[in-house]
Amino acid sequence: MSNATNSGRALPRAGFALPWALVTPALGWTLLFFVLPFLAMGLSSLTAHDGGGFTLANYSQFFTDPSYWRAMVNSLEVTAIVTVISVLLAYPFAWILAEQVPERWQRLALMLAVLPFWTSYVVRSYSWLLVLAQNGVVNRALTSLGLVAEPLQLANTRLATVTGFVHFFVMLLTLTIFANLKQLSPSYRKAAADLGAGPIRTFLHVVLPLTLPGIMVGAFLTFVLCIGDYITPQILGGNNELLMPQLVMMQIGRRGDFPLASALSIILMAVVTVAYLACARWLKIERA
Amino acid sequence: MSMNFTSVLKTHLRAATAAAALLLATGAQAADLNALIWCDHADPALLQPFEEANGVKVNVKEFEGTGAGLAIVEQSQPGDWDVMVIDSIDIPRGVEKGLFEPLPEDKLPLADLFPEVKMDGSTVVDGKRYGITEKFGYNTIGYNKTKVDPADMQSMAALTGDKYKGKIAIYDYYLPVIGMAALAIGKKTAELTEADLPAIKAELLKMKANAKLVGEVTASQTALATGEVDILVGGGEWVTAGLAKENPALDFSIPKEGAVLWSQSLAMFKDSKNKDMALKFIQYIMSPEGQARLATSSCYWGMPANAKAALTDDQKKILRFDEQPGFLARAQSYPAPTADLDKKMQDVWTEMLQAQ
Repeated sequence: MSNATNSGRALPRAGFALPWALVTPALGWTLLFFVLPFLAMGLSSLTAHDGGGFTLANYSQFFTDPSYWRAMVNSLEVTAIVTVISVLLAYPFAWILAEQVPERWQRLALMLAVLPFWTSYVVRSYSWLLVLAQNGVVNRALTSLGLVAEPLQLANTRLATVTGFVHFFVMLLTLTIFANLKQLSPSYRKAAADLGAGPIRTFLHVVLPLTLPGIMVGAFLTFVLCIGDYITPQILGGNNELLMPQLVMMQIGRRGDFPLASALSIILMAVVTVAYLACARWLKIERA
Repeated sequence: MSMNFTSVLKTHLRAATAAAALLLATGAQAADLNALIWCDHADPALLQPFEEANGVKVNVKEFEGTGAGLAIVEQSQPGDWDVMVIDSIDIPRGVEKGLFEPLPEDKLPLADLFPEVKMDGSTVVDGKRYGITEKFGYNTIGYNKTKVDPADMQSMAALTGDKYKGKIAIYDYYLPVIGMAALAIGKKTAELTEADLPAIKAELLKMKANAKLVGEVTASQTALATGEVDILVGGGEWVTAGLAKENPALDFSIPKEGAVLWSQSLAMFKDSKNKDMALKFIQYIMSPEGQARLATSSCYWGMPANAKAALTDDQKKILRFDEQPGFLARAQSYPAPTADLDKKMQDVWTEMLQAQ
């Protein structure tokens, strides 16, 4: 009895300590590499560039200067376009891979689908610049087919930025949606068929709702990565409009104005947080 | 057991501390020279001869723009940096912050410099020389002479007219291009004030409306070299000379309104722990051999400040060495705004970038 009591007292302590011991490295990592830098950035954003004390001027600059908030509008527009196009392209792609490609070829097909991931991000963007340039593949094809008389301006435009982004994020979304489709038990479709639903109705009322978490996870990742990306708009956009990451980099590279860069970064993080909260109900892979 | 563990821990800590001390000592060895530079100084063809001759490792960090360079210094410990490349006109900013060490004029080839680029008004403060001009050139109109009429490139009006709409790129650096816009509307670059900004902005917006892209060094060079555009606003020998062999059609003009003279200098940090080596580095860069290597750096070419630079005849021809007196006579200085005006100029630049 005494032993049992001792054991009974010891167990909860061990049961309490073990999870904390297991979670401590992750907590420490997050504290060290996210929370502390974030706090430092927050403090920096509230100081003046010229070394003065506390100020909200960095935030008011964003809200009062049209060229600054225009960068946010540009970022949101580009990100929304990229996310929607990427989902529309990735879903059928993932569905074909999961449903139409024979099981034994799926691994190879998936590997081929994400092959561009293996190349450098910068190299991929510059490659697109060459493809879309005035003398590039696309314009040569269009002019030689007689579809256009003069080469179109494709490079150094928002279209080029969106193209570069979509190429990258379709791969990412394909992976998340494919994983979701593969988790889907065939019995759902069988049950729908037993109840008289045709393929389209089954897809719309069974498959699509059940793969929505995969779509939303991929779409959210696309949103986060796209809105914070500097390389693609910088290389492909031709600086014909500024997106938020470019504006942030401009403060650091040109002005050495870390407080303003910090404020802009925090505003960008706030937008991402709002996007997360809006999608939170879908951001779970497991199905009920 | 506990004692043993503590003892083992202490032994490991002592070993780790010793290793860290050794690493730190190695990291701070006197043979290293730490240089804040522009990309032309990162060329191994420039650095290697100096490193081998002096048994020193030159650690370089690139930056873009004086503001960013000074921000790096402010975030560093005193003594972290030995030398810095800086716009000649910005040397007083560094002196004002107490960063730079006076240079010994008798140990530098000042007499060999093109007189127009010595820029004593900026490089000498309170009678002491804090910088020496090492390289210069022009922010002007770079163009492909097989695609545009060279006669049109003799006036900045070509940049805002309809003839070359969509064939123009703008170099993405606010100071020289704002200087060009000022020249285009008849202002002197050395006398710009906040009151001039609205007219400058209007001129920039007209240029932007004609432009296909606004690109940094690589993007603007690539656009001109690949035929994406035929004219580069802000271009000059720094774009065309390096590409001359591959693309001899690239050229630059000094239009009737003038051009903006850019000039970069070397300065030594007051807190340098290696001042002798820093001076040797400056002397090497200013030597005829160092000047030739710097002038033809793989990142960008430019005119050597030392007229005795050991350039080949071909290199001189590409740099239009013999035409320099005429060019220098028509060029105006880089805008040198106060900190407040500089911020306002950058705001104008941001508005130009965002303009649709």
